[in-house]
Amino acid sequence: MKSVNNLEEIRRIISLHKRWDLLFMIIGIFALMIAVLTFMALFAHMLIDGMPRLSWDFFTSFPSRRPESAGIFSAWVGTTLVMLVTAFAAVPLGIGSGVYLEEYAPRNLLTEIIEINVTNLAGVPSIIYGLLALGLFVYQFGFGQSILAAGLALALLILPVVIVATREAIRSIPVTIREGAYALGATKWQTVSDHLLPYSSAGILTGIIIGLARAIGETAPIITIGALTFIAFLPPSPIKNEFPYVSIEWLTAPFTVMPIQMFNWVSRPEEAFQLNAAAAGLVLVVMTLAMNGLAIYLRYRMRKNIKW
Amino acid sequence: MQDNSEKKNVSRQFKSEVKNLNFFYGGFNALKNIDMVLHDKKITALIGPSGCGKSTFLRCFNRMHDLYPGNRYDGEIILYPDDVNILASNVDPIEVRMRISMVFQKPNPFPKSIYENVAYGLRVRGIKQRAILDERVEVALRNSALWDEVKDRLHHLAFNLSGGQQQRLCIARALATDPEILLFDEPTSALDPIATASIEELITDLKSKVTILIVTHNMQQAARVSDYTAYMYLGELIEFNVTDTIFIKPKNKQTEDYITGRFG
Amino acid sequence: MAEESRTKIVPAGKLGYSFRRHLRERFIETFLFMSAVLSVAIMLAIIMMLVKESFIFFQHVSIWDFLTDTQWTPLFDDAHYGILPLVSGTVVSSFIALLVALPLGTIIAIYLSEFAPFTVREVAKPFLELLGGVPTVVYGYFALLFVTPLLQAVYPELPGFNLLSAGLVMGIMIIPYVSSMTEDAMRAVPMNLREGSYAMGATRFQTAIRVVMPAAFSGIAAAYILGISRAVGETMVVAIAAGMQPNLTWNPMEPAATITAYIVQVSLGDLPHGSIGYQTIFAAGLTLLLITLVFNIIGHVLRKRYREIY
Repeated sequence: MKSVNNLEEIRRIISLHKRWDLLFMIIGIFALMIAVLTFMALFAHMLIDGMPRLSWDFFTSFPSRRPESAGIFSAWVGTTLVMLVTAFAAVPLGIGSGVYLEEYAPRNLLTEIIEINVTNLAGVPSIIYGLLALGLFVYQFGFGQSILAAGLALALLILPVVIVATREAIRSIPVTIREGAYALGATKWQTVSDHLLPYSSAGILTGIIIGLARAIGETAPIITIGALTFIAFLPPSPIKNEFPYVSIEWLTAPFTVMPIQMFNWVSRPEEAFQLNAAAAGLVLVVMTLAMNGLAIYLRYRMRKNIKW
Repeated sequence: MQDNSEKKNVSRQFKSEVKNLNFFYGGFNALKNIDMVLHDKKITALIGPSGCGKSTFLRCFNRMHDLYPGNRYDGEIILYPDDVNILASNVDPIEVRMRISMVFQKPNPFPKSIYENVAYGLRVRGIKQRAILDERVEVALRNSALWDEVKDRLHHLAFNLSGGQQQRLCIARALATDPEILLFDEPTSALDPIATASIEELITDLKSKVTILIVTHNMQQAARVSDYTAYMYLGELIEFNVTDTIFIKPKNKQTEDYITGRFG
Repeated sequence: MAEESRTKIVPAGKLGYSFRRHLRERFIETFLFMSAVLSVAIMLAIIMMLVKESFIFFQHVSIWDFLTDTQWTPLFDDAHYGILPLVSGTVVSSFIALLVALPLGTIIAIYLSEFAPFTVREVAKPFLELLGGVPTVVYGYFALLFVTPLLQAVYPELPGFNLLSAGLVMGIMIIPYVSSMTEDAMRAVPMNLREGSYAMGATRFQTAIRVVMPAAFSGIAAAYILGISRAVGETMVVAIAAGMQPNLTWNPMEPAATITAYIVQVSLGDLPHGSIGYQTIFAAGLTLLLITLVFNIIGHVLRKRYREIY
């Protein structure tokens, strides 16, 4: 049998293979750079076009036929209110669902179906949620093209994100904590509410922020609902002067949101509106980046602080 | 060791010589001033309580520590007959690993067919000729006493083998490239007694072909298979001698305590 | 004194079965169960809503025409209801996107998982995550107003709306999803497999390609499938940059509408509830859902298999 261990040959092969290693390193860095540079280009382009439009007036003006006096007042107010509804619906349902699947669910077919479903929901295109909201919330439930319908549509959209984050956060708590609580006579819910939820709160919060950051930028489902794109007024204020001081009238009001406003401006042929679109996009990107950045930071802190 | 010719003669019996080896995980001095030899075509066992550095020592022989940042070697491991220090920074760890094979604690077959697992080391060397691969794979599988069990399903996934078979497959994988030294890192600790017996028998048979260094947590195993035994404790080599001497008449009190089960 | 405080802490009666405590536990469990079941209800509601409206649609239009007619002009007087032009737009834009996202995503994943030093990985991963968080409408703006003019500098005859720039930008947008899932799958491969390969004298590249990738195969396949379903379902980039005119073409240099862009186009107009135009978007949506559902199920099966190996 011929030896395969000719040293000269081995060295030749190694140096050949090492060249592949080096080549791949370069390709890898290059690929990463494509992603980085694209983002830089995107950000720079918006910054150059949009920065001059960013002023106090831009945030406090309604959209207008004249691009130079148009602003995003109704858009950011609308986004804030829609997010309020989204968070109000998605957070309790998402956490509840995550807790159930992680701590309560028996191993049976129904649980399996629910789990497959959560994965599938996460893969459903966002525009489909828009169609659901259009058929169900807008017409069937009669909410109309309102903040409530939009907020609920986005809540359904981010529900899987919150569920998955909750499950992962709870799962990372060691079983000894649960046993410790049960050994002191705690009930299941006491264990969950006194121990599991507080200890996993940072992880859950991270998931909620990532979900809301996604919801803020979602455009397609809100277009599908039929949200008007030209709204030059604010929804009724949620706070009233007389009793009971809060009002839910705004829930059924027509509205616009940031991404819709941006989409509207992008689709205009006049260049001046596209500068507005750049400015609105800049605000939107900074908002989502800030939220995602916060989530990443929270996760980083968590990883550093908690060592089970 | 008076004159040069005799020195050469002595080193011909040695496959490898460890000279004043120190190893550091970051700032932690995990191996301290180790001097030892590996006799050619003999089995040397490393024993000692867990955490004594025996696996760390073993992994110096094929430079596995180079895979992780912050590790540092100091001292020499000379490989004969080339008389090269395999720890030297100008020696390529990949070349070292091609010449010195290793079998791990837990069987770790690749997610490939039985055939491709054994052929892996050859493919890594760029050997593509079917005839060479076929021949080498068969010889390696025969040498690891697996051929008769798997010859009809060479192209089945290796995961389907039993634990003992998987470990023999890993031995075949290591043998296929004609290594100069074969390293075993507690090769039977994840196996049942019957599989353990077959692996031990295999290791003894391999002695005629290759120099073997084996880490074991099991003293009986060391006594059964090895020709030489080294007892390590806290990163130091306490005693190194012919296996019978270590087990019957150890010179060192610590070794005796460990052997007789007074601690460890 | 000591006796007294002990009785206070554990009153004898409380050790027995507490009806109130039991009731509260059951109530909470029911709420949690309901919220978990809600996800199934949402899925059912989606399917029911799409099927219901599509059912009415298919009473006007035969499924055969829907699948074979080469025109999609539901809002014209001479209405045609062939889904093919929308499918072609979707296929072409998704294909370009995947041509960008799958190779680049995979290369980045291999690089980060097997090659990159710790610090590079720690910086690159959150950065990619941020990239994945940029709203799609912003990517649409970028495709229309940056990438298309850039491409026009090379090919002056390229129209302002085209599938090419939409597809390219979509591809960049999908990279983070593909790379992060692929990397997760590769990092889930146990270290002892890598060590086995390195111990045989393999280089990093050989270990990555010959051992780690095959071991992570199903996870990587699941990542690819997620990428595909993202590309197929992506809306805003194509709606903004590829135009919204249905056009049966396989040429990426032309403007065309995808299934999603059509839904956007109809929704922007003022379509009365219950009209055939209203129903078309549900039929289009159902088509889209079926496509993505098939991919999701394949992905789920693969993920399950891959969990079982390790």
